[in-house]
Amino acid sequence: MAKLEPKERMKIPRQPMPEQDPKIRNANFEEVALGYDEATARKEAERCLQCKKPGCTVGCPVGVRIPEFILAVREGNLPKAVEEMKVKNNLPAICGRVCPQEVQCEGKCILTKKGKSVAIGRLERFVGDYELAHRTCPLTAAPATGKKIAVVGTGPAGLTCAVDLAREGHKVTMFESLHGPGGVLVYGIPEFRLPKKVVFGEIDYAVECLGIQVRNDHVIGRTISLNELLEQYDAVFLGTGAGLPSFMRIPGINLNGVMSANEFLTRVNLMKGYLFPNYSTPVKLGKKVAVVGGGNVAMDSARCSKRMQAVQAKQTGTEPGEVHIIYRRSKEEVPARAEEFHHAIEEGIICDLLTNPVEIIGDETGKVSKIRCIRMELGEPDASGRRKPVPIPGSELEMEMDTVIMALGTSPNPIVFVDADGLERTKHGTAVADVETGRTKKQRVWAGGDVVTGAATVISAMGAGKRAAADMHKFLKGEAPW
Amino acid sequence: MYKILEKQVLSDVIKLMVIEAPHIAQRAKAGQFTIVRIDEQAERIPLTIADYDSKAGTITIIFQEVGQSTMHLGTLNVGDSIASFAGPLGHPTEIENYGTVICMGGGVGIAPIYPITRALKQAGNKVISIIAARSKDLLFWEDKMRAVSDEIHVCTDDGSHGRKGLVTDPLKEILEAKKENIAKVWAIGPAIMMKFVSLTTKPFNVPTIVSLNTIMIDGTGMCGGCRVLLDEGAKFVCVDGPEFDGHKVDWNSLMSRLSYYREEEKMAVEHWKEHKCKLDKEIAAGGK
Repeated sequence: MAKLEPKERMKIPRQPMPEQDPKIRNANFEEVALGYDEATARKEAERCLQCKKPGCTVGCPVGVRIPEFILAVREGNLPKAVEEMKVKNNLPAICGRVCPQEVQCEGKCILTKKGKSVAIGRLERFVGDYELAHRTCPLTAAPATGKKIAVVGTGPAGLTCAVDLAREGHKVTMFESLHGPGGVLVYGIPEFRLPKKVVFGEIDYAVECLGIQVRNDHVIGRTISLNELLEQYDAVFLGTGAGLPSFMRIPGINLNGVMSANEFLTRVNLMKGYLFPNYSTPVKLGKKVAVVGGGNVAMDSARCSKRMQAVQAKQTGTEPGEVHIIYRRSKEEVPARAEEFHHAIEEGIICDLLTNPVEIIGDETGKVSKIRCIRMELGEPDASGRRKPVPIPGSELEMEMDTVIMALGTSPNPIVFVDADGLERTKHGTAVADVETGRTKKQRVWAGGDVVTGAATVISAMGAGKRAAADMHKFLKGEAPW
Repeated sequence: MYKILEKQVLSDVIKLMVIEAPHIAQRAKAGQFTIVRIDEQAERIPLTIADYDSKAGTITIIFQEVGQSTMHLGTLNVGDSIASFAGPLGHPTEIENYGTVICMGGGVGIAPIYPITRALKQAGNKVISIIAARSKDLLFWEDKMRAVSDEIHVCTDDGSHGRKGLVTDPLKEILEAKKENIAKVWAIGPAIMMKFVSLTTKPFNVPTIVSLNTIMIDGTGMCGGCRVLLDEGAKFVCVDGPEFDGHKVDWNSLMSRLSYYREEEKMAVEHWKEHKCKLDKEIAAGGK
């Protein structure tokens, strides 16, 4: 394409993401967004104005060199695009899919004010997928330093930290409590949003290139404790996430058919329950499913439920049923990404907004039969700045349900803190760590991601892993004593 | 991968396996459990630790073939491996010298009660054991239990060995006889057995510890599928247990939750048998 003037670039429309049709995709687990082809990617890359002071890079928690990689895409030099990408981000195929770009890089894009931002996330995914298929830019490690590092947890924070430290020449061992690496990328985020082959592709690639060791089936605090790790390693990073689910304190929470989003998503994603009985873990879902909550995990749970209902209806020759999202605030306060909420609605999920459960009612066998809720209205803003939902007296209603999935947030697993004296915790159960360096109150221990912040995003965990890795490297070189 | 070093067939449906797992063996204590996943397609199932050897780096498990996973596990042999083996999970039993204690194992529950009994005996307790099974061929480790007990009572439901009756029969007699103060009771076995043990000891105010084996996925505190209702609210068996005060457990809720996946379990067994049958035929055909 000939060189374009900015005005011409601004006339190019933002290239839509090809997607599976909502009516078809809500019955399968294949990826919703199909990805750009090269022509579309190059066309989208033409829209970038190559700002002198790019806001996008500032908006990215790991500071990806966005204009540089987009320029390389525009020029059709994809290996160069990968190289630019990997200066800051080792896991682009994952970030391109799950980052909330609208509030990060794309939110800061100059074109946002004038219409629609450059589709940075989609371009990032395009570059990441290109690299997974072609492997043009293997990660390389600096000469061995002789330092040994334990990274606990193999989710986004741990992976990022491990890769950065291994690239500096340190010997990294990762510890994972489950049977394989990936953390929330594998057990939490569904296949149709982030295919497992993408996650494993990124992890295997990095691990092979850098000689990182992964020890599965190691539960920190049980199999081996933090204090024991400190005897064997020069430094430890804790990226153990926030895995402990919260349940509402309402009657009926222990009935059959009530489960945490973690349980449901783990059965479906990690254990591949949608392939039961070829895979042995069953997923028991009724025809009327209520998902309580309004975050991304609630959207994932609702969209997985819809698909599971379709799979089971096909097996039994019955109608699929319905899925409700029950959320106590209004549409404006829904904490999920706009795109996820939009996808859920497109797929036929029913939203009961400004509604809050007060009781789950069971039948004579101890199984959920109804959920009793109360309607809410928005009052004055609360501590979070959002308007506080207040129950409307006398507005109680009952809905027939046979499954209730609680997606109300998670907190760090307390067993991480067993035999880890000095590792301070907040009253929310999260580890106390410095925002910039990740240093905890315990010497030679860093932490980052959900274990510090409580449930947040993949990219913010990656950012924390990255900052900690930088400080750990300085510490190990003797440049930044404790 | 974790190698099976030894296999014993304790009965038609009860198998013992010694598995190479130094990472679990170095810290394992009485009362803890493991999570087993046989292969890529398998589910994660909790199995209690029947014994451990930190020097040899091995863990002994004993299981009864009741569902697809345990049936599959039972077909594995020495030299085979399992894909995942995590542990030791849960809190260990609180071992101290309490005085006189009663240790009760029902059916395959004899396996986890054994290391607890041994540890209590080593701590100086006078140990009275009561073990039971449906019939003689389902009873195992009587000799091992006898070796770590001061007194042992053996029952079978059908009277084919020992005394005919339930574990609660000798328990009640001991408590009623009031010959000595019983400081604590441990009971491990089917939920229905632990429920009735707890009901039996309650009027005598004897603290009763039960070890719950609920449905679990990860076993590390992540899913909450194992939650159990106690007087003070819901707890997670995997991280808060597996041992609980039997007098505080809501047994009906527990048993209802245990049976929730019965239909799916049946489906899985049928599917697996069909698959295995096909495989066996293929192997036989290939052999010819």
